[in-house]
Amino acid sequence: MAKNSTKVMNRTKIQGFDIFLLIFFIFMLVITLYPFLNVLAISLNDSLDTVRNINFIIPRKFTWQNYVYVFEENNIIEPFVISVARTLVGTVVSMVCTSMLAYVLSRKDFYFNKLFTILFVLTMYVSGGLIPEYLLIKRTLNLGNNFLVYIIPGMIWVYNVILVRSYIEGLPMALQEAAKIDGANDAYIWARIVVPLCKPVNATVALFYAVGQWNSFMDTYLYAPKLQTLQYKLYAIMQQATQKIDPHSAQATTGRTVTPISVRMAVTIIATVPILIVYPFLQKYFVGGMTLGAVKD
Amino acid sequence: MAAKKQKEVHVKQKFSLQLMWKQRYLLLMSVPFLIWLIIFKYIPLWGWTMAFQEVKPATFSLPFFEREFVGFDNFITAFNDRLFDQTMINTIGISFLGIVLGTLSSIVFAVLLNELTFIRFKKITQTVSYLPHFVSWVIIASIAKNFFNDGGVIDTMFNKSFKLMSTNSPQIWLVIVLIDIWKEMGWNAIIYLSAIAGIDTGLYEAAKVDGANRFQRIWHITLPGIKPTAVVLTIMSIGSVLSVGMERQMLLSVPVVQEHTMVLSWFSYERGIGRNNYGLGTAIGMFQSLVGVVLLLIANKFASLIGESKLI
Repeated sequence: MAKNSTKVMNRTKIQGFDIFLLIFFIFMLVITLYPFLNVLAISLNDSLDTVRNINFIIPRKFTWQNYVYVFEENNIIEPFVISVARTLVGTVVSMVCTSMLAYVLSRKDFYFNKLFTILFVLTMYVSGGLIPEYLLIKRTLNLGNNFLVYIIPGMIWVYNVILVRSYIEGLPMALQEAAKIDGANDAYIWARIVVPLCKPVNATVALFYAVGQWNSFMDTYLYAPKLQTLQYKLYAIMQQATQKIDPHSAQATTGRTVTPISVRMAVTIIATVPILIVYPFLQKYFVGGMTLGAVKD
Repeated sequence: MAAKKQKEVHVKQKFSLQLMWKQRYLLLMSVPFLIWLIIFKYIPLWGWTMAFQEVKPATFSLPFFEREFVGFDNFITAFNDRLFDQTMINTIGISFLGIVLGTLSSIVFAVLLNELTFIRFKKITQTVSYLPHFVSWVIIASIAKNFFNDGGVIDTMFNKSFKLMSTNSPQIWLVIVLIDIWKEMGWNAIIYLSAIAGIDTGLYEAAKVDGANRFQRIWHITLPGIKPTAVVLTIMSIGSVLSVGMERQMLLSVPVVQEHTMVLSWFSYERGIGRNNYGLGTAIGMFQSLVGVVLLLIANKFASLIGESKLI
């Protein structure tokens, strides 16, 4: 009874602060979402109308024209396909490698366990840096403008290996041991017993890799400007805009009224939408992964 | 039985071909990755030797010992470079601004969000808050330019020309840091929120009984509760003071402001690849890494001196 009354008392006392918090966080929501909505609105608005005033979140003159233009005239299909391809292939390859390696490193009875673990973890703290990596990939291995440059160099993130490994270590050993008694070899145990049990952590890690692949820009910039991804395409469009190309050049060639800013916003949305689609999964698994990562190694 | 046997085995193992054969699948499942690791992580480390050599595109393919060794010449050239001082100032300035404002804003965000009593709204807010974290820097740059460029949304809103992204002064640091905070604050707050969730609720109950008001509870319980996390994260970030990423800097600058957005990693790329002086670029990168390690060790020592647990 007494407890109850203090609670009520507290609540009446602090109402002002609660309202302040509510207003504060509504403001935060607006700040976070407004730029996205603004970009979306511009991409769906008539180009010439946008030039008048770009500060709006509901299209004033709705049109698909910008998207039509981007797909028909701006060669966006190829970057899109490359982005999708690297995301799919890269994620699958990375997942298989990460899971395999994590399983081996979880096996305390493996003769090289300690040595391999140290060698991998060490690379989280020291790296050769940009120039040696660039020279290795571009000069020594000659992977410039080769699709493999999107897959192989960043194939394994040691952080992810540690995540999966700690998850495997937390699994009950009974199943693995039972399989071993039945004569199963280590590869079989990994594929048939460990991998199916790792679904939650695999989902987290796969999303890490997928988002990393989709968002990756520097590797295209450094190594493969001919294999343009969507991110690079957007960058190239931004560069054009800063070089002050005649805003009406598009009009001249196609008869369509499309300005660079509308094109840029349409491409921005195309590059963002896949992230939005996986976002519900992202926020479910990533936050879990973030706290998993807090587990001390 | 099998488990017991295995335990015995990994207590005392001696190298033997028999053991290797027994663990052949484990070897098969790890050695390829070890090779990958050596190629992509350890060979670039060996590449640090280029910092002490004169390496240009023409001499890169020469065998190691046939390249000209120049001692510390590359480092001296780097330190005497006309851009070096400004680059260091930019790197440190933007780093510290980012660490201070970034940490403070994440903590404030987490503490206030924790105080929010409307549970449903709290969840929505948190979910939305880390959306920008998953969006690439290219997209963020495109959105930011739409907002801050001359004639962008902000200019239109206030009907004034702020030149936020095209003023060639340290003001651009603040603009970049604020964009970074906009992108990462919600995400960085997660770790503080989980630290707050780990605080014993009994403390709050006891404080309530003792008559502490809400602000006193925040000040005396919540903030001390997240202090260890904040210290650890700050130490880690001090270690990376010099390693401001090139991607963000490059994407958020227009050529006019490059004087104030150039940071060490970018400078290393610019001199190493842009000017084709591989040795010089490597030296700059190596300087950046080594200073980072030293700073981390100092910060770690400092943390143990002020009574926080050591990080490494």
